Amino acid sequence: MAASSADAVQPESVAAAAQREPEVLLAGRGITKRFGAVVANDDVSVELRPGRILALLGENGAGKSTLVNVLFGLHRPDAGEVVIADETVQLASPHDAIARGVGMVHQHFQLVPPMSVVRNIVLGAEPHRLGMVDLAQARRRVLELSERFGLHVDPDAAVEDLPVGAQQRVEILKALYRDARVLIADEPTAVLTPQETDHLLGVLRGLTADGVGIVFITHKLREVMASADDIVVLRNGRVVGATTPAQTSEAALAEMMVGREVDLSGDRIQSGVVAVGGPIAAAAATPESESAGTQSLADEPCDDARRIVLDIRSLCADDDRAQRAVDELSLAVRAGEIVGVAGVEGNGQRELVEAITGLRHITGGSVTISGQDTSGARPRRVAVIGVGHIPEDRAKHGLIGSYSVSDNSVLNRYFRRPFSAAGMLRRDRIDAHAQDVVTTFDVRTPSVHTPADSLSGGNKQKLIVGREFSDDIDLLIAAQPTRGIDIGAIEFIWRRIRGRRDEGTGVLLVSAELDEVMALSDRVAVMYEGRIVAMVDPVTTTREQIGLLMAGATPAVAATGS
Amino acid sequence: MTVIETPPGAAARRRWSPARIWTVAGAVTVVACVWFFYAWNGAQTTAVLSGTVRAATLLVLGAMCGMLGERSGIVNIGIEGQFLMSAFAAFTVASVVGSLAAGVVAGVAAGLAMGWLLAAMSIGLRTDQIIAGTVLNIAALGLTSFFYDRGRSLGQLKYQAIELGPLADLPVVGRALFNRPPLTYLALVLVVVLHVMLLRSVWGMRTTAIGEHPGAAATVGVDVIRLRYLNVTLAGGLAGLGGAYLALEAVGTFSRAMSGGRGFLALAVMIFGRRTPLGAYAAALFFGFTTALQNQFQLNDTFDIPAQFVGMLPFVVTIIVVAAAGLFGHMRDPAALGQPYEVR
Repeated sequence: MAASSADAVQPESVAAAAQREPEVLLAGRGITKRFGAVVANDDVSVELRPGRILALLGENGAGKSTLVNVLFGLHRPDAGEVVIADETVQLASPHDAIARGVGMVHQHFQLVPPMSVVRNIVLGAEPHRLGMVDLAQARRRVLELSERFGLHVDPDAAVEDLPVGAQQRVEILKALYRDARVLIADEPTAVLTPQETDHLLGVLRGLTADGVGIVFITHKLREVMASADDIVVLRNGRVVGATTPAQTSEAALAEMMVGREVDLSGDRIQSGVVAVGGPIAAAAATPESESAGTQSLADEPCDDARRIVLDIRSLCADDDRAQRAVDELSLAVRAGEIVGVAGVEGNGQRELVEAITGLRHITGGSVTISGQDTSGARPRRVAVIGVGHIPEDRAKHGLIGSYSVSDNSVLNRYFRRPFSAAGMLRRDRIDAHAQDVVTTFDVRTPSVHTPADSLSGGNKQKLIVGREFSDDIDLLIAAQPTRGIDIGAIEFIWRRIRGRRDEGTGVLLVSAELDEVMALSDRVAVMYEGRIVAMVDPVTTTREQIGLLMAGATPAVAATGS
Repeated sequence: MTVIETPPGAAARRRWSPARIWTVAGAVTVVACVWFFYAWNGAQTTAVLSGTVRAATLLVLGAMCGMLGERSGIVNIGIEGQFLMSAFAAFTVASVVGSLAAGVVAGVAAGLAMGWLLAAMSIGLRTDQIIAGTVLNIAALGLTSFFYDRGRSLGQLKYQAIELGPLADLPVVGRALFNRPPLTYLALVLVVVLHVMLLRSVWGMRTTAIGEHPGAAATVGVDVIRLRYLNVTLAGGLAGLGGAYLALEAVGTFSRAMSGGRGFLALAVMIFGRRTPLGAYAAALFFGFTTALQNQFQLNDTFDIPAQFVGMLPFVVTIIVVAAAGLFGHMRDPAALGQPYEVR
């Protein structure tokens, strides 16, 4: 069964392909794709030429992913045609696209975790002898490619042991191994530090020198301006603009994406909180002093005498594989401030949030919320003493999809008056409350009886925010509060979080989006390998400095910016 | 940053893991004990070793059936039913046709059919895999009990031992390993072949991929559904060979529910053997040893307690060993185990 697919991979074919360079590498012409009544793509045309980087820009739900899925053969268009290497083609499946030299770097990596890097790269197109995988040859080929394109990765490591950035390099190598002339990358920078992002953009640029064309999906304007040759902006399934970085600006692109002017600037009205010290002065929280374990930020001298609503001391917690994920972490949040936790995903942020909210066992240290010891408390106790929690995965932990908007609006309080009495739910009160949330938080839903599943991502998130905000809370834990939602909803939620802060709630914001952390936070705690490695002031610290800290540099190094 | 240059095979020369040290220490202990008992009482030691290999053959065939499914992401708790159905088919055909070889072919065919049935339910119809396996077990017990003709006999001798020349005269292991009937040899060959195939071949690598991350395998052109069908069906063939072995070589007749729980024991063997054929064979020998020892105790009336208690030995050991294995080596299941795969 291996015989057919494996022979395609020959280094010679690269040279051959380069000689007769097509004019158009990949194009969609008049693509229309419907899902039921929803028109995901409406007469969309895009074109990619050799050696160019095409950025597809748009909000979530604008139709970017649908478009590339059509171009990659995952969906069949209802109208329009796909052109690969100057030829109009009918793609029955991704294999047809792969066979024609189109490679995809998926947003969720398509890698087999326990298998080695080499095996992952050659899977499906294995060099073989008598049915046995020729690993020596596979390894040679992989090393050659990784050397040539600067995609360094240990070929013998198991993929599951690699950091995210390295896994992404494996994904790219997988496409290159199959002689991809076109690389489609779906939100490739979402999981990277700023430095890793720069490196990736450099690698992509290097590929174009080889004549490879790149389609790059993103909603990050900065990256588009920095790296694209051509920009196509999608909104509601249509192309609303095609331009180049030279002819446009970030503001103009944002306006095109949303269809109106947006304001996502800092807007950090300092509500009386002065961040501790200078730029990286929280070298007070360097790994050395943290490892001592006992010192909390609360112990530090501070001009501000505001009440501490969250006091974490030497907290330890394990991840699902019983590896220590939160390592003697200490952190304090005062009333009326937003403390942002910046860090590359997988550095213990999820476990930290779960440990605070009672969803995860703690293996050491203490958590004090509004003066009450909640170490190891059950989630309900944490909730009733006045903690709002916007969980990271709204579908899994934020809502019960098959329940109505109404039921979801009281998930944290249905067991209390006025929503229930004598063990029975009081539907009229619940519905009235839900109606209130829907109105106040602009949740777009046909009715409060609609199942939460059928709402869009942004509206689901607004429903959760509405639920968590409608009680008196001293502390808000917001984990990835705007992940995967449109700019309009992001703006709304940001405004609400700031509003809460100004009313005196302490906010712990955990986000993988550095821009979000920097725009909202009064102080930024940088988390790396389960510890807070630095506490910095977002006004006086640069993205690059924070990026270095996120990558594990010491504060001293980060401060000099080297 | 430079590429870390590690020569091929470097992984194999890594420092010994605790699990490996335990394995080797265990093997050395076993060899030492066997030598000791052989010197002390040669005849009985040989009898126990022969019994060990006899019991292990059936277990390892069942375990290989289970691992082929599980490595592809399909749980198979219907091995018991597959054993029973194919033992019945093998026995009936052998007695009607008058040829043991025809019986073996029938047994394997019945196993393949049972494997395909499991595949059709759990892959094609996406039935819960535990329910699908249970269906096989119940169907096999009901059908074979209903059609079983008490008066029928094999009408000939069961498979007899074949001496492999001078090898059979080796001390200790000679009689136990090299003076066996044909299906035992075949099973041993299959253990080695399947081990190499699973760990080295293109097929084996793709099989691992569809059990761990079928979506990833599909994006690089592996036909997940087809490969799962193939593997689960072939796995049924292995259990079918086990059934034929049971009826035509180990026992020489068919009786109601004759598989006696060994299809489930095979799953324990599979897990203990870390889903590799050689590992499973080692585990099967261990479990086989407890069975053989128990038989020997009963024959000799070694202990003055009711036979039922002595008969419990293999099962008590199973419980202890599986629990202990859970404490020591943390072994992870294939990530997609038990999850139906849907083509987008």
